[in-house]
Amino acid sequence: MSVALEGRDLVKRFGRVVGLDGVDIDVRAGEVLAVIGDNGAGKSTLIKCLTGALVPDSGTIAVAGKPVTFRRPSDAQAAGIETVYQTLAVAPALDIAANLYLGREQRRPGLLGSALRMLDKRGMRARAEEAVRNLGIDTIQNLGQAVESLSGGQRQAVAVARAAAFGSRVVVLDEPTAALGVKESNQVLALVERLRERGLAVILISHNMPHVWQVADRIHIQRLARRAAVITPATHTMSDGVAIMTGAAAA
Amino acid sequence: MLGVRRVHDLLHRHPSISPAVILLLTCVVFTVLNQRFAAPAALSLLVQQTAIVAALAIGQTLIILTAGIDLSVGAIAVLSSMLAAMLSVPPSVALLVGIMAGFAAGCLNGLLVTRIGLPPFIVTLGTLSIVTAAVLIYTGGRSVPGARLPDLLTWTGEVINIGGFRITTGVLMVAAMYLVVGFALGQTAWGRHVYAVGDDPDAARLAGIRVNRVLFSVYAVAGLLYGLAAWVLIGRAGAASPNAIANANLESITAVVIGGTSLFGGRGGLTGTLLGSLIVQSFAVGLSLAGVDNQYRLLAVGVLVIGAVSVDQWIRRVRS
Ligand SMILES: Nc1ncnc2c1ncn2[C@@H]1O[C@H](COP(=O)(O)OP(=O)(O)O)[C@@H](O)[C@H]1O
Ligand SMILES: [Mg+2]
Repeated sequence: MSVALEGRDLVKRFGRVVGLDGVDIDVRAGEVLAVIGDNGAGKSTLIKCLTGALVPDSGTIAVAGKPVTFRRPSDAQAAGIETVYQTLAVAPALDIAANLYLGREQRRPGLLGSALRMLDKRGMRARAEEAVRNLGIDTIQNLGQAVESLSGGQRQAVAVARAAAFGSRVVVLDEPTAALGVKESNQVLALVERLRERGLAVILISHNMPHVWQVADRIHIQRLARRAAVITPATHTMSDGVAIMTGAAAA
Repeated sequence: MLGVRRVHDLLHRHPSISPAVILLLTCVVFTVLNQRFAAPAALSLLVQQTAIVAALAIGQTLIILTAGIDLSVGAIAVLSSMLAAMLSVPPSVALLVGIMAGFAAGCLNGLLVTRIGLPPFIVTLGTLSIVTAAVLIYTGGRSVPGARLPDLLTWTGEVINIGGFRITTGVLMVAAMYLVVGFALGQTAWGRHVYAVGDDPDAARLAGIRVNRVLFSVYAVAGLLYGLAAWVLIGRAGAASPNAIANANLESITAVVIGGTSLFGGRGGLTGTLLGSLIVQSFAVGLSLAGVDNQYRLLAVGVLVIGAVSVDQWIRRVRS
């Protein structure tokens, strides 16, 4: 399988704090790469550098083998990479449909769209409803609701739906089940598996070891701003993984 | 308290309801106090007097929607009007240069906010002084009386009589500005991005929006709108004066805030601003018709501003 997205020797410092200390990562098309690690190990910083939210101090990034430079999230989006950030990048006052299409709004066909640049609100609403239905996310009902009126779990579902609907090459999920109950978590995991079936590369950050061992093909273990190991659920148990993650065992 | 919750939901969804209710009440009360308030003469005056502040408040609304503030509104409009009135070139060229000077000043504000990253309050406080000084130096503090103004500049003051109502071409121009900018805010991706950036700039950036581009465009468009408002101002005043609209900053902010647009950004719109501008002027016209001293108008507007911001704080609290 071909490598969809890779980072080499990524370094990111925040003043004197080293967020990433020369990290390699790669994820292939049609696989789920889980990233685990303690709080502060650099997981979020790593995926932010891969998706244009942060610009690494040094290191290289390549998409499908071609070197790229992401200056902003829209650059990564243009390369087919969609991300659910831990902070959930949603606009609270806008409704769900508007949030799904935020930053890639579609215009009306004909002169209304081309000359007046008028939004195709109805079309976007209909397509958003279809996308949400296809994704099997039944926590979102009325797409005309403002996102601020949603629960934490529902907001997470909106962010996941947006990434899943628009990701064409890589989907990155930073703790997407953190605010979810058992049923909603399972929906997200099922969604992750369907993305893999569609041939996408998925990077999943999670603290939930059973989830990780359930869906991941490979597991990138991040420790103290470095990559400690890459293991697979077949060769390592959960306790092996946690031991490497906490430094109790060598990789 | 189901009733309160309903009201909260409704106001949350439609922030221009409260100014609409206030305007309605204001008109009813003033008509009861003095029936001449509802007569075409008083209403025409009300609309004509509202036009300037309403025009300036469009740009102010855009900027406040992005959680910014513009203290240079009045200074920029005066700059545009003085250039249009004093440049020794054909009137149409002078007018164009004046309007483009407003656009350029808006671009300067936008550059300082986005490139240097200064807070909008500080940036526009600075450009307020700079532009005011430039105008005073250029004009020597002197006005241009109406007799020396070309017809093109006073065209916005021409009266159109519609069944007893006397409106001006300037009023129509302001109405057109509201329609065009209202369309852009409500029906285009740019408008959505303005709201998203005001709501949460970090989230907007992560969602793929070029936040600084949107911010810059808002200040630039606002400057252009101030330039157009300057044309309306000349027509209304029948002269061009460097000391015109001294209170434009506070009046435009007042109109926006009473109109229900949140100073925290991301919530509100032009309908509210138009209503807010009308409310402020109806107090002026209504109280003077009722024979009340002008000081009480200020008092009433002050109470309204504080009331509107309190309501906004309440509305912004989201039920969970
Ligand atoms: N914007 C930032 N400014 C300063 N320090 C940061 C910033 N983002 C992350 N860090 C620091 O970088 C380290 C890694 O953080 P992060 O990537 O969020 O870890 P994780 O997601 O694994 O919990 C932490 O020490 C954190 O405090
Ligand atoms: Mg994190």
